[in-house]
Amino acid sequence: MVDATAIYTRSDAVPRGTKPKRALSGRNIMIYGTLLVFSLYYLLPLWVMVMTSLKGMPEIRMGNIFAPPVEITFEPWVKAWSQACTGLNCDGLSRGFWNSVTILIPSVILSIVVASVNGYALTFWKFKGSDVFFTILIFGAFIPYQVMLYPIVILLREMGLYGSLWGLVLVHTVFGMPILTLLFRNYFSTIPEELFKAARVDGAGFWAIYAKILMPMSLPIFVVAIILQVTGIWNDFLFGVVYTKPDLYPMTVQLNNIVNSVQGVKEYNVNMAATLLTGLVPLFIYFVSGKLFVRGIAAGAVKG
Amino acid sequence: MKTLKLATALVASVALPAAAFATDLEVTHWWTSGGEAAAVAELAKAFDASGDKWIDGAIAGGGGTARPIMISRITGGDPMGATQFNHGQQALELVEAGLMLDLTDVAEANNWKEVVFPPSLLDACTVDGRIYCAPVNIHSPEWLWLSNKAYADAGIPVPTNWNEFVETAPQLEAAGKIPLALGNQPWQSNLAFGAISIAVAGLDVWKQVNVEKNMDVAAGPEYAAVFQAVADARKLAAKSTVQDWNQATNLVITGEAGGQIMGDWAQGEFQVANQVAGTDYTCLPGLGLNAYLSTGGDAFYFPKNKSADVEEAQKRLAALLVSPEVQVAFNLKKGSLPIRGDVDLAAANDCMKKGLELLAQGNLVPSGDMAWSPDVQKQNEDLLVEFWKTDMAPEVAHQQWVANLKSGL
Amino acid sequence: MAEARRTNRMWRNLNAKIAAIPMVLTTLVVFVGGTAWTVLYSFTDSKLLPRERWVGFDQYERLWSNSRWLTSIENLMVYGVLSLVFTITIGFLLAVAMDQKIRYEDTFRTIMLYPFALSFIVTGLVWQWILNPEFGIQSIVRGLGWESFTFNPLNDPKLVLYGLLIAGLWQGTGFVMCLMLAGLRGIDEDIWKAARVDGIPTWKTYLQIILPMMRPVFITTLVIVAAGIIKLYDLVVAQTSGGPGTASQVPAMYVYDYMFQAQNLGQGFAASTMMLLTVLIVLIPWAYLEFGGKKHG
Repeated sequence: MVDATAIYTRSDAVPRGTKPKRALSGRNIMIYGTLLVFSLYYLLPLWVMVMTSLKGMPEIRMGNIFAPPVEITFEPWVKAWSQACTGLNCDGLSRGFWNSVTILIPSVILSIVVASVNGYALTFWKFKGSDVFFTILIFGAFIPYQVMLYPIVILLREMGLYGSLWGLVLVHTVFGMPILTLLFRNYFSTIPEELFKAARVDGAGFWAIYAKILMPMSLPIFVVAIILQVTGIWNDFLFGVVYTKPDLYPMTVQLNNIVNSVQGVKEYNVNMAATLLTGLVPLFIYFVSGKLFVRGIAAGAVKG
Repeated sequence: MKTLKLATALVASVALPAAAFATDLEVTHWWTSGGEAAAVAELAKAFDASGDKWIDGAIAGGGGTARPIMISRITGGDPMGATQFNHGQQALELVEAGLMLDLTDVAEANNWKEVVFPPSLLDACTVDGRIYCAPVNIHSPEWLWLSNKAYADAGIPVPTNWNEFVETAPQLEAAGKIPLALGNQPWQSNLAFGAISIAVAGLDVWKQVNVEKNMDVAAGPEYAAVFQAVADARKLAAKSTVQDWNQATNLVITGEAGGQIMGDWAQGEFQVANQVAGTDYTCLPGLGLNAYLSTGGDAFYFPKNKSADVEEAQKRLAALLVSPEVQVAFNLKKGSLPIRGDVDLAAANDCMKKGLELLAQGNLVPSGDMAWSPDVQKQNEDLLVEFWKTDMAPEVAHQQWVANLKSGL
Repeated sequence: MAEARRTNRMWRNLNAKIAAIPMVLTTLVVFVGGTAWTVLYSFTDSKLLPRERWVGFDQYERLWSNSRWLTSIENLMVYGVLSLVFTITIGFLLAVAMDQKIRYEDTFRTIMLYPFALSFIVTGLVWQWILNPEFGIQSIVRGLGWESFTFNPLNDPKLVLYGLLIAGLWQGTGFVMCLMLAGLRGIDEDIWKAARVDGIPTWKTYLQIILPMMRPVFITTLVIVAAGIIKLYDLVVAQTSGGPGTASQVPAMYVYDYMFQAQNLGQGFAASTMMLLTVLIVLIPWAYLEFGGKKHG
């Protein structure tokens, strides 16, 4: 068993394709050219956002969104983080930061655990009607959240979880389930069934196969799931505000209040700073987890 | 010794009530911009000073974002202490479902029937003869804001009413200006239509349609003229490409556009840009034709709570919101008009004073929020944004508009 | 004896059955229950609160005679097809490019992925600025000397959907690239070796061997992208407010506006029922092919 695991997991799987020969081959020019052109497209709005966040309001009113600031000011950033008011509470995004972290960690872990086990069961442990449940789950991915707002309120109320952290974690798990389950099921389905059968013959049970064989083989898809969930839950506003109380409100409530004020003066520089600040946590996670991508364990190593 | 005793007694009498019933009250609202937040702070300050504690629950994004959250909390059995709604039909069903606190005794004790002006504000809070909300301010949408600079650039005098504005528009256009700034969001089209309809059709016709709900008048020639006027106006706004209302106001501030039809809240934008009413910009209530203001506004509702302490605190807050001191402090910051005629707003600026004058003269009509259900208003928004931004025929729009009104009868 | 075997079978995969409980509960209670509830109340005249006052198909009649709803459906179809095609094509091409042992892979990945971390509200605002004729791309190009250059998609009813598409692709393609990359990295190394031994050119290997093997990844992507398209809301609100006029309205906006702004739950439920019905029409044949086919084969 130990040996088998060692063979199945390979820690040095690398990108494939033919090896690059010369630095300036036509092929390289095409690849890097494409990547650079797309990078420009992706970076242009970031440039506008960063520049705007470093300008004062009078300069923004003058126009030219692409121009770098004449006079650099970090005030919008300070304001977004620690001074912007939400009604009476003038402590900016910092107010909800730890609440967001408190919500994020259990929600991401629980939703990914549940969904990966779902995907695993749906791939290797099919039971009667499992396809029907899976189809309903996919259908659930298309239900607009807002439509479910009131029924979920009633459901949580009856369960006694309305207004609590665990109520919110449950909601995130439920609404993350369709797409995550799909993600894991379809990834697992590319894994050769022989491998699973071999483990069964060795006497490994449901949980053992999941933890010792599947998990280590599926790092890239876990990374994708983490990216998806961290972004979704960190940026969630609606569930956080509807299903909890003010002392649990996530950071996005403040972000919404800064960015989404309908009446009154719009401080575009603070809006941009607040958005970039809120995006930092998912960005950090992408960056860290991205390393796992390269070291991702190829399912292909399995047969070898 | 005697004075000391008296002092102690005084301190006790002041401090004791506060200590005896200091209650935390969570208040939700969607006032989150700078001026709005400053105004809410006045309410909170007054409430805290009276011995209770205001727990602020602000949710931005306007009513469309905030209302589902508030309604969820109320129906989820975990209600806040007080919550903002636009008064009118928005909270009607919550009242009918018995989820809101009856404030009639507070209203009677504080004589709301006499002091609240115009009385239509209180009527909008009344369901089956009982009062369920405390009105706090009046906002009127029917204002034309003009850029003095744009007209100086074009070498023509600043118009004094809507007709002059339309007549001089070609000259403005020749000078490279956008005559009318109009944001793309549907509600702005609806607002501009409402303002033009009072100005063009006149008060009587407006009342027959919106108060008496006479659909024959709505389908008649007076409103056909309104649709024609809007069809003319939309050409003036054709080059306006902004989304938000304050981006449109900014076009007026910089002199790129001649004017904008927007509510009294536009004033805050001019103030922030250090513009002076009269010299930099001109405001014409009722578009300078029929100087009438509609009196929509905000009110607070108090969801029923289980705790008797909370209920007492809710009633104390309701009384406080309508009190003269709070009215003055709040409305000066908010830029809106107070809901009682017996307060002095000496610190108000020129445009606000024009509004106060109209209020004193009683040139008022009820707002759309009170006259029509949100459903009818949304349908009209959809219709009018299409009408303003495309070349839809006035007759077609008119017909659809009447049908929309009928769906709400 | 037979009885013992039956109990044995029931207990055999006990852990797998326990593991499936959250999924079964979620599907039955939340998704089936919630949908049934929505459909049921679409036959009422519920306004602010759900109430059982039955009005038959009135809400549906009103819905299908509403010009904004009809425009929304049309827009969704155009935007949906374009968005699906472009997202998947761009995502796949970028993933292939990233899989060529390139330098700075981490940097490129982060650049492509970062838009995914930002809120739609500001994404819409920034793209609204960039596409604005007065201070965006048009004015820059004109400033460079090309005076007649016109690029104003957000104010042209015929082009506004493309304006939305530019922003939508910006936000979502990076994540799709990641999904595809995960798929590529999951492909058996032996397949590459075999292809190389047989002398098949790289591009042909991708097209004829790798692409079919990645079918599950494409299905995942398809569902994620399609679900995003159906629920498209924030971006439109922030970027165009559905305008100019009603030229960029989408169904989800209609649903939310009527549920919460117009306080007409019945109308909103009717509209969302129609949306869900459309999803079902697409989903059922797919499920049949996916699961029905396997039994025969």
